[in-house]
Amino acid sequence: MDKLVLKGHEFESRLLTGTGKFSDKNLIAPMLKASGSNIITMALRRVNFSNPKENVLNYIPKDVTLLPNTSGARNAEEAIKIARIAREAGCGDFIKIEIINDMKYLMPDNEETIKATKVLADEGFIVLPYIVPDLITAKKLEEAGAAAVMPLGSPIGSNKGLQTKALIEMINENKKVPVIVDAGIGTPSQAAEAMEMGVDAVLVNTAISTAEDPVKMGEAFALGVKAGRMAYLSKLAKTSKYANASSPLTDFLFRGEK
Amino acid sequence: MGFYSVVKEWKDFDFEGYFSKVTDEDVVDSIYKEHLTEYDFLNLLSPIAKNHLEEMARRANEIKTQHFGNIISLYMPIYISNFCTNNCTYCGFSKKNHIVRKHQNLEQIEEEAKEIAKTGVEHILMLTGEAHGLVTLDYLKDAVKVLKKYFNSVSIEVMPLEEWEYKELVDIGLDGLTVYQETYNEERYDEVHLSGKKKDYHFRLDTPERGAKAGIRTIGIGPLFGLSEIRKEAFMAGMHLKYLTDNYLNSSFSISLPRINPAEGGFQPDHPLDDITFVQFMTAFRIFQIKADINISTREVASFRDHLMHMGITKMSVGSKTDVGGYTENDPSTCQFEISDNRSAEETIQAIRDNGYQPIFKDWEQIK
Repeated sequence: MDKLVLKGHEFESRLLTGTGKFSDKNLIAPMLKASGSNIITMALRRVNFSNPKENVLNYIPKDVTLLPNTSGARNAEEAIKIARIAREAGCGDFIKIEIINDMKYLMPDNEETIKATKVLADEGFIVLPYIVPDLITAKKLEEAGAAAVMPLGSPIGSNKGLQTKALIEMINENKKVPVIVDAGIGTPSQAAEAMEMGVDAVLVNTAISTAEDPVKMGEAFALGVKAGRMAYLSKLAKTSKYANASSPLTDFLFRGEK
Repeated sequence: MGFYSVVKEWKDFDFEGYFSKVTDEDVVDSIYKEHLTEYDFLNLLSPIAKNHLEEMARRANEIKTQHFGNIISLYMPIYISNFCTNNCTYCGFSKKNHIVRKHQNLEQIEEEAKEIAKTGVEHILMLTGEAHGLVTLDYLKDAVKVLKKYFNSVSIEVMPLEEWEYKELVDIGLDGLTVYQETYNEERYDEVHLSGKKKDYHFRLDTPERGAKAGIRTIGIGPLFGLSEIRKEAFMAGMHLKYLTDNYLNSSFSISLPRINPAEGGFQPDHPLDDITFVQFMTAFRIFQIKADINISTREVASFRDHLMHMGITKMSVGSKTDVGGYTENDPSTCQFEISDNRSAEETIQAIRDNGYQPIFKDWEQIK
């Protein structure tokens, strides 16, 4: 399978996962193994640097890329501070910008996200901003130096799939950096649907971590993502409102037959 | 006008009349609706909804798992002063009670903080009585500064303050506020608060709103069950939660369901809340306001708390002491109320794991 490339960094898997919501942190490593996911996000606000037993970083295999996120930030300034704390704490250069100002629907603040992306990209971070799908925002983020854009498929935790499909399509058709669908994907078939559209990757947390068997569900999502990517690469057959005969009726006219 | 306009709107509503007309179908319909109206919430609080308790509990757990995951956040309380200038009929700290009073200085607070920090819990709730001239804004600020050295998240449950006072506390790193209305029934409120600043119903009612305006991130509310008719109290608390959630998108809100425990003074609740109705109300809150945190304190007994873990709660206090100096002194003050879950922090944390949940010690990064 072709690789996912984020600012020159190559990844085998197009499934990004998360550390939140598991009943037991010991499930994270086997989930990563079963899903093949090699990027995992974690909220910096949940990382216990001072408490080794509770520090989620100790439960993530070393060959997996950490994607700390700025969850809890309500403006650009706070997101920037959280990103710097994450880097200083040894979490690497990847950062997912998550700026949420609305605790009712948990919608990201695109405007503040653009500001934070600019500052952090200039500081050498590999910035993955989480946004409400909007083409103009995506373009501004590319310009600001984002390594990818992460539009939401539907509100966080809703498991409603790609309710914003038309808006993500606009971003995807005009992208200069990878598009990773984040939030809302609740089933492997929804992940496959996103990948069939031609987006570059999906991030799935809740649907895996809260499944009865998160390890098996991780594998199921890996298969969904792979199937969707393969379908996209093999160029999906066109859809039509009417039936198309597989053996055309008028073909004989052009073959000189009578 | 604030939330009082909502209180007035429902003041003359015929709750009994409405409840008497609710059918089983209405309840089931409300359990599974995605967006619930006030009337759906009433259906879930109605006496007939008890027939559907299992369904409510399952739905509550499903919603919690979807939005919060398989986690339970931990916090610990620290009582730093139990002097009080209010006279409230139901409270052990009431000024009329002859109890052992203590007021900690900053060194004593620091000693307690060090002891609590050993548990690994990073969220602390600081409590005081309301004592003018003694528990001042400066005292609270100094205490918060001390606690910030040991904990990532500091919340307060102290006397209601003005918006500018909350702002000063936010500026030094306060991120949480808890304030219980005790009772939403204005007449009853007047009866049980005999004297002191707490007698001002309106000032207390508007406290969460002042906190939200000042930029406090997490705000906890709740009625004290036992003082007034329980279904109306639960309903008004739900309306308060909805009002705050709708108007202050910047803050997140939590609800608690404290019920009166024995305290010094021997107050007997005339509207007791039994366990079955407690579960009904708690799951109704979860289904009505899916994003709200639901908090269960050590006022409840251990086995009950363990069962509640599976019904939509997101926060638990652990290893609580409700007396001033409770974590370090051999001779602490009189406690505010009797703890019902006497397990140590470690024992409760193990119980959370044994029940299939991940205890969250830290859910906040201090960035100030």
